Amino acid sequence: MINKSKTLFDKIWKKHIVKKIEGGPEVLYIDKHFIHEVTSPQAFEGLSQRGINVFRTSNTIATADHNVPTINQHLPIKDKLSKIQVETLRENCSKFGVELFDLEHKYQGIVHIIGPELGITKPGMTIVCGDSHTATHGAFGSIAFGIGTSEVEMVLASQCLMQNKPKQMRLNINGTLNKYVTAKDIILYIISEISSSGATGHFIEYSGSTIDNLSMDERMTICNMSIEMGARGGMIAPDETTYSYMTERVFAPKGDDFEKAKQNWTKLFSDSDAKFDKEYHFNAADIKPMITFGTNPGMGININKTIPYFENQKTEKNENSYNKALNYMGFKQGESLIGKKINYIFVGSCTNGRLADLRIFSEIVKGRKKAENIIAYIVPGSKKVEQQAKEEGIEDILNKAGFELRQPGCSACLAMNDDKVPQGEYCVSTSNRNFEGRQGEGSKTILASPLIAAVTAITGEIVDLDIFFISRSRPSV
Amino acid sequence: MEKFIKLESFCVPLNMENIDTDQIIPARFLKAINKDSFGKNLFRDWRYNKNNEPKADFVLNDSTYNGNILLVGRNFGCGSSREHAAWAIKDYGFKVVISSFFADIFKNNALNNGLLPLQVSDNFLSLIFDKVYNNPKTLIRVDLANSKIEIIETGEFENFEINEYKKTCLISGYDDIDYLLSIKNEISEFEKIGSSSL
Ligand code: SF4
Repeated sequence: MINKSKTLFDKIWKKHIVKKIEGGPEVLYIDKHFIHEVTSPQAFEGLSQRGINVFRTSNTIATADHNVPTINQHLPIKDKLSKIQVETLRENCSKFGVELFDLEHKYQGIVHIIGPELGITKPGMTIVCGDSHTATHGAFGSIAFGIGTSEVEMVLASQCLMQNKPKQMRLNINGTLNKYVTAKDIILYIISEISSSGATGHFIEYSGSTIDNLSMDERMTICNMSIEMGARGGMIAPDETTYSYMTERVFAPKGDDFEKAKQNWTKLFSDSDAKFDKEYHFNAADIKPMITFGTNPGMGININKTIPYFENQKTEKNENSYNKALNYMGFKQGESLIGKKINYIFVGSCTNGRLADLRIFSEIVKGRKKAENIIAYIVPGSKKVEQQAKEEGIEDILNKAGFELRQPGCSACLAMNDDKVPQGEYCVSTSNRNFEGRQGEGSKTILASPLIAAVTAITGEIVDLDIFFISRSRPSV
Repeated sequence: MEKFIKLESFCVPLNMENIDTDQIIPARFLKAINKDSFGKNLFRDWRYNKNNEPKADFVLNDSTYNGNILLVGRNFGCGSSREHAAWAIKDYGFKVVISSFFADIFKNNALNNGLLPLQVSDNFLSLIFDKVYNNPKTLIRVDLANSKIEIIETGEFENFEINEYKKTCLISGYDDIDYLLSIKNEISEFEKIGSSSL
């Protein structure tokens, strides 16, 4: 008998196929297309050269995020090239009739933060953006993936893409999480297990009791980093957590419409005997607080462990590259990172720039003081996050501890604006990439959770979390 | 799009794994609003030091090696989706990148720009690296129509896999947008039935 069981991915994919080219790719319809200033100008230029319009402006949303300053956003952008790029986005959006959440707009923010928080991202959708972390939206049970600029042009021109159906992988995580372990640690752990290319060619579905128990903010952190294993995207089947997050979001359906939509969403899950091309099982109990020591996100370890010797690790295959990475970071095989002095902290990005992340950070720094040597970029993922952080008193806590809350944008995640980590400096960063120079020329990035970032910001060095929380208890007030 | 059919060339070897697109073209060079002249910043931080002087030990600065083929280790082009990486490689003058494994988005971006991401086996890749390091004047023949890559001097070859549709696009210089624009009516019809459950 033919197996008719379908995965969550199959169900959504099938609904979006306009047609199949004989012996070639399928034409996939895209429900939502997010664009931003960095990867769109050449696509709009392409439309102009061909003399065509945006096919479906209502499926397209733009924001300015990658290249924008995170202070004084009301002033003209100082950097000439950044200014031109943001202005080009403005011109293109008005010329082609695309809605833009510009600087100072109440909905502006990092593209992958605003889609979900505004209720634009919905279960069952196909979503693309010229940015590889589009996978974030998969947390709602949608097929979401990053594309290049030529593809941005295709979607603008036709609302479709030519795609070959990817392979599918399921990652099951079950059990209760250990102390100090956050969603960021889960995903850094998984990448350190299957490597930075372990899921290339695949779409991932995350499932298991550990995932079920996560909030939407946490699920987004996990799906966000799917690309760091090489996957096209990652997704999680929608459930009550998803629906309750979605109620009352600005652009989400309301009342009866919501109930009707929900009836469809509840069909979005992988059938119990659905087949995956690859499947892994992880035990939550094995996951410890994680940091990275190298120059790709797969080079991660339990914060209390030492850097593995080349022959004792499984993700890096080329000794040359392994040594070059350690050399760049200034670390040695067999060394512990506990006690390393750190001068920079970045809290933000589409990985950890949501309210939940700022809450974790502020909870720890509350009543404590920032270490003298630390320079911190604390950057909300969106205007809404910024506003809520102010309303909840998070900004106040930050200020009292010696930190400052900046304005929304990608900031030091890719350092296209002024928020850069200087040459040779270490930065404990809640973002998603520790590539050479990612946070500025010669910068050395250590990826970690907002919890570890907070502890590092207080101590000015990497420390054993148990020791920190036991011996450095808050001064009583 | 420029057509690609056949090529005979030397290789420029860069034996590193997991070369991400931030290395191929660092973010600070993504501020342009057109596709031109990214080649001068290809591998910028590996190629130049802080004072913008060429680093002698980097392969692009080594006159021993030249040609239109870039030879790299596995998982090439991982990380950011920036198509600027493919533009930079193309603009520098490369027409083919040979690796044993490419990141998905980079592969698509390359193909959409007439740059051939040519995937060979790990064994054949190390064979080419050995030959090229031994003799920088090792000629490689890439025959797209027959999906064949050959070390001319020894006749050693491998057949590589490439999506038939993409192959036709490359050979004819035809791109996806041309096709998608030609089926706009079908797309509109599809929309009427309702694409999604929303
Ligand atoms: S925060 Fe970083 S990873 Fe996320 S969209 Fe911005 S640049 Fe990309």
